[in-house]
Amino acid sequence: MRAVTILLDGVAYGMILFIISVGLTVTMGLMRVVNLAHGAFAMLGGYVATALTLKGVPFLVSCLLAGAAAGAAGALAEVTVFRPLYRKAELQHVLLTIGLCFIAIAALTLFAGSTPLPAIVPDWLDRMVDIGYRSYPLYRLFLIGVGAVMALGVWLIMERTLFGAKLRAAVDDAQMARAVGINVSRLFFLTFTGGCALAGFGAAVGAGIMPLEPFYALRYLVYFLIVVAVGGMGSFRGSLAAALLIGVVGTAGRYIVPQFGGFLLYLLVFGLLLWRPNGLLPPKSAA
Amino acid sequence: MSAIPQSKSDEPSALWHALPWLLALAFFFLADGYHSLGVNILIMILFTLSLDLALGYAGIITLGHAAFFGFGAYAAGLFNLHVSADPLLGLAAATLAAAALGLVTGALILHTRGETLLMLTLAIAAILHEAANHMRDLTGGDDGLAGIRPGAVFGLFRFDLWGKTSFLYCLGVLFVWFLISWRVVRSPFGRSLDGVRQNAKRMRAIGTPVWLRLVAMYALSAAMAGTAGALSAQTTRLVGLSVFELLTSGIVAVMLVLGGERRLYGAFVGATIYVLVQDVAGAINPFYWMFVIGILLVAIVLFFDGGLMGVIETARRKLRRGGAPGAAP
Repeated sequence: MRAVTILLDGVAYGMILFIISVGLTVTMGLMRVVNLAHGAFAMLGGYVATALTLKGVPFLVSCLLAGAAAGAAGALAEVTVFRPLYRKAELQHVLLTIGLCFIAIAALTLFAGSTPLPAIVPDWLDRMVDIGYRSYPLYRLFLIGVGAVMALGVWLIMERTLFGAKLRAAVDDAQMARAVGINVSRLFFLTFTGGCALAGFGAAVGAGIMPLEPFYALRYLVYFLIVVAVGGMGSFRGSLAAALLIGVVGTAGRYIVPQFGGFLLYLLVFGLLLWRPNGLLPPKSAA
Repeated sequence: MSAIPQSKSDEPSALWHALPWLLALAFFFLADGYHSLGVNILIMILFTLSLDLALGYAGIITLGHAAFFGFGAYAAGLFNLHVSADPLLGLAAATLAAAALGLVTGALILHTRGETLLMLTLAIAAILHEAANHMRDLTGGDDGLAGIRPGAVFGLFRFDLWGKTSFLYCLGVLFVWFLISWRVVRSPFGRSLDGVRQNAKRMRAIGTPVWLRLVAMYALSAAMAGTAGALSAQTTRLVGLSVFELLTSGIVAVMLVLGGERRLYGAFVGATIYVLVQDVAGAINPFYWMFVIGILLVAIVLFFDGGLMGVIETARRKLRRGGAPGAAP
């Protein structure tokens, strides 16, 4: 029965990782931009949601507004600093996005102070429910539900809309997509904005298990990048699989061998990347 | 464009080469009370220089160089506590340990490239971070490794409270590593890596053992980063877990690009500016420096390719071409 608890905790954690990382996966696959500032957009969303909730705005509404705010910031950043970046080398990507990260951390700290933010999980979620063999936090079940809905939504957009078809084509071969008349730049703008919005929403919803603090943007960045690299860049299914794997293995490691949890997780990532350098489920182009 | 000067006229004059070392000596005699800041700058220059070899010259994209800095720091600390207090022996041991780590991990990961390589280097630093955190008996865990007491350099010069010995000690070590780097990037070996960075496929086609060269350069760079870590352990007498953090790897890349890659002296400019900005701005507000550095980074990537050294070089070239005779040094 303990295994079920670990599995639930792991899936809840993995779902949050998925919501935050899926945009990063698609943008990195599409434009090959190494975006280390993704955590900063997530963090911005979390901070906005906290500020709104503390002002009395309902939790879910502030989470959605957080997504909108992070999306707007993402759109602005894409137009101003990311566009000139595409033609540059990876190192420039790394440096510029670290710079954005620093700026975001400093700016948010200026407004919100340098202490961790208070938790904003509302009372109606912050309680236990009976799940047959024991009681379990409703909040985590809620996260699993939200994650499932989001995954389904992203899947529908990717697989069942014209936009999704264009996006998949562009990830597989951007040059060819351009040649058949797909506006890849606009596609990227929309994806980047959407990915940032999802990240902001995810950070706001998941603040209960991934607490917001000044170094959030860097602390969790490693996990987001792991999801992208392990899943395979540009791969939606890969990022879902990787996020759940990282969530469950990380949680299981922490519960079963507390001393070596993190160690085992990174070792697993290291091994997986050596074994499958393009990720678990890479899109066709990378395979 | 190759950053290695192609003709004699592009080579800076001897005065330029002497400048950083003269400045360092002037600092030693004039800047009383700031020697520990100077030591910090020298160590960061060495660390940045090591990254310039791997990332700048060989084009190995890495976000895990902290692994070698930290490994060298812990190795020097442990050597001091358990084997011998002699600082130079400790330095040698730490350098060899970091080189071995670079050789092994480099051999494992350098067949990959791009983002995968980035993640693998990052994972190695994270694995070491976790290992150091949990091997409490050996490393002190998150309390850090304390009690390092290095003996006198050459058995003569004791480390003083103000960091004067440390300053000259670090300056000497940096000078040796600088000469080695200078020689290496101008050797056929260094030139071949210049080619690998620009087009690995072609280099392979003309018979260069690409993987072997990359591993060799990576190990050399790791050794140098290990020395920097060891110097940090010996002069601050403490090793904290933060040496393995992502931020450490990120900061060294920041310093490199701030100064300009593939220039060797870029490391001097970048590390000096970074540490000074951190010191000045950080005294006002610990988060203020992140803001300043962040703006600097964005501006450099978008507007000044080649970092501050690039700006200086362009200015010098313009002076020489358009300026009055004798305007250029």
